[in-house]
Amino acid sequence: MTTMKNLTAILLLLLSPLLAQGQEFQDRMRGAVPLDQTTQPPQIANPDNSDVRRSRNYAMQPPVVPHKIEGYQIDKNANRCMMCHARTRTQESQAPMISVTHFMDRDGNFLAELSPRRYFCLQCHVPQANLTPLVNNRFVDVDTILNQPANQPGNPAPARKK
Amino acid sequence: MKKLTRRDFIKQTAAVTAAASAGIPAESLASNVVTDASRTQLTWNKAPCRFCGVGCGVNVGVKDGRVVATHGDIQAEVNRGLNCVKGYFLSKIMYGEDRLTRPLLRMTNGKYDKNGEFTPISWDAAFDIMAEKFKQALREKGPTAIGMFGSGQWTVWEGYAAAKMFKAGFRSNNIDPNARHCMASAVAGFMRTFGMDEPMGCYEDIEAADAFVLWGSNMAEMHPILWTRVTDRRLSAPHVKVAVLSTFEHRSFELSDNSMIFRPQTDLAILNFIANYIIQNNAVNKDFVNKHTRFVLGNTSIGYGLRPDHPLQKAAKNAGDASGGKPIDLNEFAKFVSQYDVDSVAKLTNVPRDRLLRLAQMYADPKVKVMSFFTMGMNQHTRGTWCSNLVYNIHLLTGKISTPGNSPFSLTGQPSACGTAREVGTFSHRLPADMLVVNPKHREVAEKIWQLPPGTIPDKPGFHAVMQSRMLKDSKLNVYWTQVTNNVQAGPNVMQEILPGWRNPNNFVIVSDVYPTASTLAADLVLPTAMWVEKEGAYGNAERRTQFWHQLVNPPGEARSDLWQLVEFSKRFKMEEVWPKDLLDKAPQWRGKTMYDLLFKNGVVDKFPNSQIEAGYANDEAKAFGYYIQKGLFEEYAQFGRGHAHDLASFDVYHKERGLRWPVVNGKETQWRYREGTDPYVKPGEGYRFYGMPDGKAVIFALPYEPAAEEPDNEFPYWLSTGRVLEHWHTGTMTRRVPELYRAVPNAVCYMHRDDARKLGVRRGEMIEITSRRGSMRTRVETGGRVRPPAGLVYVPFFDASQLINKLTLDATDPISFQTDYKKCAVKIRKV
Repeated sequence: MTTMKNLTAILLLLLSPLLAQGQEFQDRMRGAVPLDQTTQPPQIANPDNSDVRRSRNYAMQPPVVPHKIEGYQIDKNANRCMMCHARTRTQESQAPMISVTHFMDRDGNFLAELSPRRYFCLQCHVPQANLTPLVNNRFVDVDTILNQPANQPGNPAPARKK
Repeated sequence: MKKLTRRDFIKQTAAVTAAASAGIPAESLASNVVTDASRTQLTWNKAPCRFCGVGCGVNVGVKDGRVVATHGDIQAEVNRGLNCVKGYFLSKIMYGEDRLTRPLLRMTNGKYDKNGEFTPISWDAAFDIMAEKFKQALREKGPTAIGMFGSGQWTVWEGYAAAKMFKAGFRSNNIDPNARHCMASAVAGFMRTFGMDEPMGCYEDIEAADAFVLWGSNMAEMHPILWTRVTDRRLSAPHVKVAVLSTFEHRSFELSDNSMIFRPQTDLAILNFIANYIIQNNAVNKDFVNKHTRFVLGNTSIGYGLRPDHPLQKAAKNAGDASGGKPIDLNEFAKFVSQYDVDSVAKLTNVPRDRLLRLAQMYADPKVKVMSFFTMGMNQHTRGTWCSNLVYNIHLLTGKISTPGNSPFSLTGQPSACGTAREVGTFSHRLPADMLVVNPKHREVAEKIWQLPPGTIPDKPGFHAVMQSRMLKDSKLNVYWTQVTNNVQAGPNVMQEILPGWRNPNNFVIVSDVYPTASTLAADLVLPTAMWVEKEGAYGNAERRTQFWHQLVNPPGEARSDLWQLVEFSKRFKMEEVWPKDLLDKAPQWRGKTMYDLLFKNGVVDKFPNSQIEAGYANDEAKAFGYYIQKGLFEEYAQFGRGHAHDLASFDVYHKERGLRWPVVNGKETQWRYREGTDPYVKPGEGYRFYGMPDGKAVIFALPYEPAAEEPDNEFPYWLSTGRVLEHWHTGTMTRRVPELYRAVPNAVCYMHRDDARKLGVRRGEMIEITSRRGSMRTRVETGGRVRPPAGLVYVPFFDASQLINKLTLDATDPISFQTDYKKCAVKIRKV
């Protein structure tokens, strides 16, 4: 399944410059359905539950959540995420500990526990459905740029690293 | 995806290293970590976030002409190092592979054709056809036949250039921003109560408050970084309480101590109940009220901003004088609100009595400092202006205003709704610095600064957003240019009132945008646009903070900024083509000149040479026009507000500061307005002065509950509310092209109560069709997740271009602010 998806992605990538010339102008966020007609909504996609960590696009990017979080209680009374990601729980859970930045208050002082300003995890960390993006994103991470021959920095922009 | 163990990983890595050492150049293998500082250094610069009205500071990392990283700016007072998930992914918003890079015109056989295929053309050819269409409309019908729809995402100088071009150049007031859909009611509320726009307080109120009340605001998703500050305050100071009011349960309820789900539209009654409670319990701050307020009974039965032939409009007694009223006193006000007692209000709203009382007690207790937040739940409301007025009533009756922690706070949606749409005055009825086109003195001020002969600026408001759509449909508005906005997806009643006008054969529609959108699909000419750090810019956030950024990277292909587009286009018009002879006779110096000369090459805007651009930064517009145009526009614009309580600092200061909150007087920003000691415009001894009003007094309004424009009935039994989600910005044009954000929330769904799903015979994930009197769409059912509506109400976000929920919404507006109510209309649902 994954191989098929990868293949399709690569094929699309190869084809897209060709298509761009003769193609009818469309918004791929909508698809080919004219504005005055009704689209068929896709199935609700299940979020990835593989527990496999994904590379970040840059060091400061909040990591995405590689597992299901449906039904997690995160409110002022309890924070389900911290049951595994708190410093004291990581040996048992083998989950990554929350970043050290998460102990800092607004003034940069380290607190004994998770800073309340970081309390609601889902403001930054989001689960991921296993879907092929509607359009490719040509963001290039800095390592790719560093590893390019010095004369042709970032141009033409390659597709994002898988 | 196969799961790798740590052991597998080490094995694989070893294999790769072995293979590599066989043939790949040694230099790249010397180490798997590049440590050479000259290569690993990134160039970091500050910029405000591109998304909501919070105005977080962002550090943007650039390497070899590309943005490679972004993170929250530790030095930015607003967010101190934090961003929300959208902000953290700013790095990727410019790099969707379908960026528009060339102008596209609908053509058949090499000629413009309304029904032709989009064909790449040159900028020159694009301006040719635009100029031809504008000139034809001006010749045949005059300036009311042209119009522009702009944005609270325009930079300050883009909005200023557009407003000036329309009001002074073309002499048309038919320019309005999408901010009309977003916070026009908040503006009207401020103007009616205080005579001056924008909040008196600032974000530091959060750290000082003892209580927070959310009125129709889901800050947890829509203003996430301010929510982190509220969360920080609530969780680190246990006495602090949070009350959340909404027509459905959402993420902000996770922090709530007093949750209230009310029947849509009845917030008006709750607000009046609180005023009544304050009076009944002798909690009125009499000294404050006597010195600093007066009372007005507002006109009622003001209609719903629908077309004049609509039965609701015909039935409205005061549709012609919606904002009128007459003076009353405290006793009459007390009598007016006395009908809103706890029992009748509990019955009307479905909110339990004890929760209403707890809410009212919080406001009434003189020891509790209260911050009231309100956003789209109040603004997108056919009585949104009233809602604002009624919130201010409570704060004024108790004197809980303009002091740290006591703060009625209108949150804006867009990054420069305040800075551009409001302060610059890009509305169809406004001029810069809160001035109005209908006020002869205000026009005179603008005409003087803009070097115009008297009588240049038209004295009637132009078409506001919803009216523009109607006038396009009615063939009264024929040439229409939109920038940085997507009204075909975001505007109300798409099928009946938007698409017909855009596709009307009598009209020519131009859309400037960065990616294909629903609006570009419906346009005739599409202009590729530079975005965010591809140009030098300025935004103004919800706490009056003006923030600048430099151009950090180049736009792709032939994409050009909105500013360049506007200024370059102005060169296409001779003054004789836009002004009548008698007006030109009054200002003969402009004879034979172009609109570009009048608006930009006027000795003021072109005053600053490019040598003043900070070393090391590109500036495509300055390069194109030969002078530091952003600085010139800003300094000309700043003349409107300096000395009039809208003072902006000088241009160069903003490139150094992490923003400053106006009025900036003697180099110092203002945190709390209208109070002696913190606002330089309040004189010693005055205590407070609401100087937006000639008598210095804020107005407490008597305004009733009135029903919504459309409520559920037997045929259409559900309320529909629409809105945003955390992960996507407005119509998803940028955020849905970021793979991580797309995968987080790929499509819109219909959030509904389990009982309703059971009644409809549908389960989570099944397909439904939602239909209103105006249109229908299909989506999937969601009975869990972040939004939990009560039975009888459904919520569908509008970010998804493949599920246009605004085909269903009603184009009813607040008759005072002309802002659409996107939160209330009646729908039916069936399983498909």
